[in-house]
Amino acid sequence: MPARCLASAVGLTGLALCLSGAAAAQTAFVSNEKDNTITVIDVASLEVVETIPVGQRPRGITLSKDQKYLYICASDDDTVQVMDTETKEILTTLPSGPDPELFVLHPSGNPLYIANEDDNLVTVVDVEKGSVLAEVPVGVEPEGMGVSPDGKVIVNTSETTNMAHFIDTETFQITDNVLVDSRPRFAEFTKDGKHVWVSAEIGGTVSVIDTQTKEIVHKVTFEVPGVLPEAIQPVGVRVTSDAKLAFVALGPSNRVAVVDAQTFEVMDYLLVGQRVWQLAFTGDEKLLFSTNGVSHDVSVIDVESLKVTKSIAVGRFPWGVAIKD
Amino acid sequence: MPLMTLKRPVSAGRLMRTALLSLGIASFSIGLSLNLPSDAIAQEPLEISIVYITQEEKQRVPLSLVEPILTDRGVQGARAGQQDNATTGQFLKHDYKLTEVLVPEDGDITASFAEQLTAGHRLFVADLYGEQILALADLPDAADALIMNTRAPDDRLRNVDCRANVLHIMPSRAMKADALAQYFGWKKWNEWFLTYGSGEGDLAFAEALRRAANKFGLKIVDERPFEGDAPSARTDTGHAEIQKQMPVFTQGAADHDVLVVADESDVFGEYLPYRTWEPRPVAGTQGLIPTAWHRSHEQWGGTQLQRRFEKVASRDMTERDYTAWLAVRSIGEAVTRTNSADVAAIKDYLLGPDFAIAAFKGEGLTFRTWNGQMRQPILIAAPRALVSVSPQEGFLHQRSQLDTLGYDEPESTCQLQ
Repeated sequence: MPARCLASAVGLTGLALCLSGAAAAQTAFVSNEKDNTITVIDVASLEVVETIPVGQRPRGITLSKDQKYLYICASDDDTVQVMDTETKEILTTLPSGPDPELFVLHPSGNPLYIANEDDNLVTVVDVEKGSVLAEVPVGVEPEGMGVSPDGKVIVNTSETTNMAHFIDTETFQITDNVLVDSRPRFAEFTKDGKHVWVSAEIGGTVSVIDTQTKEIVHKVTFEVPGVLPEAIQPVGVRVTSDAKLAFVALGPSNRVAVVDAQTFEVMDYLLVGQRVWQLAFTGDEKLLFSTNGVSHDVSVIDVESLKVTKSIAVGRFPWGVAIKD
Repeated sequence: MPLMTLKRPVSAGRLMRTALLSLGIASFSIGLSLNLPSDAIAQEPLEISIVYITQEEKQRVPLSLVEPILTDRGVQGARAGQQDNATTGQFLKHDYKLTEVLVPEDGDITASFAEQLTAGHRLFVADLYGEQILALADLPDAADALIMNTRAPDDRLRNVDCRANVLHIMPSRAMKADALAQYFGWKKWNEWFLTYGSGEGDLAFAEALRRAANKFGLKIVDERPFEGDAPSARTDTGHAEIQKQMPVFTQGAADHDVLVVADESDVFGEYLPYRTWEPRPVAGTQGLIPTAWHRSHEQWGGTQLQRRFEKVASRDMTERDYTAWLAVRSIGEAVTRTNSADVAAIKDYLLGPDFAIAAFKGEGLTFRTWNGQMRQPILIAAPRALVSVSPQEGFLHQRSQLDTLGYDEPESTCQLQ
């Protein structure tokens, strides 16, 4: 609990207590697409502590800025649910536009930018007022959503149009369209805001786009010995805050690629569960969780040693993951 | 028959989505001029014209009326593809046009096609039979055209009768038969009893099944042609007659694991399941079928295409809709990547190493350079559920696992290269 933590952080002892207290409270939330549930995992023990029934076909999930709420794309209910991260109760729903799949929250905590896969739209939702601020028409099958650290730009990827659409968060207008490889699934800004990494599932690549020039500065390719190239399908991407390492979930190749985010060289392939989809760091970036759709589990990667340390069985077809400090 | 032309009831949710969609498109066109970078505004829009060509035919009443009788198979897929291309094209100033040519039943398809050539069109999506495709492709003026075959599965079009100006989106009969054979190989249902009708397509698919069995080490232990007519299930007590006739037709066959049927003409295959002499599953053109697309397919984002199509057509997507969508999308993808509407540039790109289209089959689809056939996984579907997808694991190939389906380069008699 951050609040309690701040109150007790008056002396050195207090601070130490606070840090250990914060670590113990780390909780991972995993959406299970086919079970219509959220699995709650205690990060300290890496045990499942609870399974919460939610709306139909939960996919993308993300935490509010204060981490009090978990936003859940309930795709087949055409809504975003808001869950209290303490009581685990669904408090309310937000208008989302049809078939919300993935979304990203503005760094200020509001609004929420939602990809509506069926309608070629990005819906912008005020999470406090529960109202739609704008609908931005984008390419066919919008999915990936990234936001720049300064909150000025969002990037949406369209899976059939094969573009990264740069959208101005003030005007809600598209400013640039960058063609990437086939079926772009995910967009992740580096913390310095200089690059946005866009994965292409069928193209098998990750394009690193310069956010100023909108040029692709590098295309990361992957090769896993003994794995058919068709099975290497990049989806989720996470880059560490210091922009040293990037992790790329490679779908049915059952690997997470570790990429040097400076040289763009692939350093390693970590074997995880089957059909690895999305990734999330703990707040301290010590651990990385991957959702493995087909093996119905989550793999835990130790970021320092780059080892997979644990598999945790969750619900059927785990999709999204978000971790609360 | 009013019952068959009834459209599925549109749910309130779907209506709302449709309303939202049109709203989206309206606001989009307003926003567009503001959105594009200045260099794109300066540039003239690129016009891409695609002609969808098909011919009316007498609708034969099928053995089963469970599925609606459709008169717009194929064209609805082309429309869905056009919509996808248009959405993408607006970001690039690529202006797609789809011309639909529906030649009357007694009309001259070649003449209609020639008219389109004279009008300057060069990109065609042909929902036609093999003979018709050849007639169009062989017109002297069509030499620099590109015809996407979205319907004819004939193996000869991929072999001796291949044409340099034709690409095949529809999988060949050999690909489908191979897909089924791989699945049964995996099941170890190695012994087949083959039955077939007397139509040209029936005989051709029977031949493809024989070839597939031989290719994958399965065995056709018995064969039987179906001659004459099956009684109609629609007449009173018709079922009683059928339930006597089909066991007799399948009686006394050598021991087999599965009955495979080649009845593209839809004359008797529908009546085989549950009525065979031996209790054996039925597969082929009825029962468990190999197909490019099926309503039950929802993997690899397939749900999205199914839903998108339903919005366009207010019905389920059929195989011919899928191949037409894929043909139009493939052209669109080539235009997007080459920034050209020139047919030679498009064709070069499609047959080149950089082309791979995402088409909800779990991997990028490409063309075989030796005969212009699109490589693709084949769905193995029961009437109400997806059963498998071939190629099956373990069937290896030095180039692409997809080349374990259909005629591979060394065995192709096509002389394109």
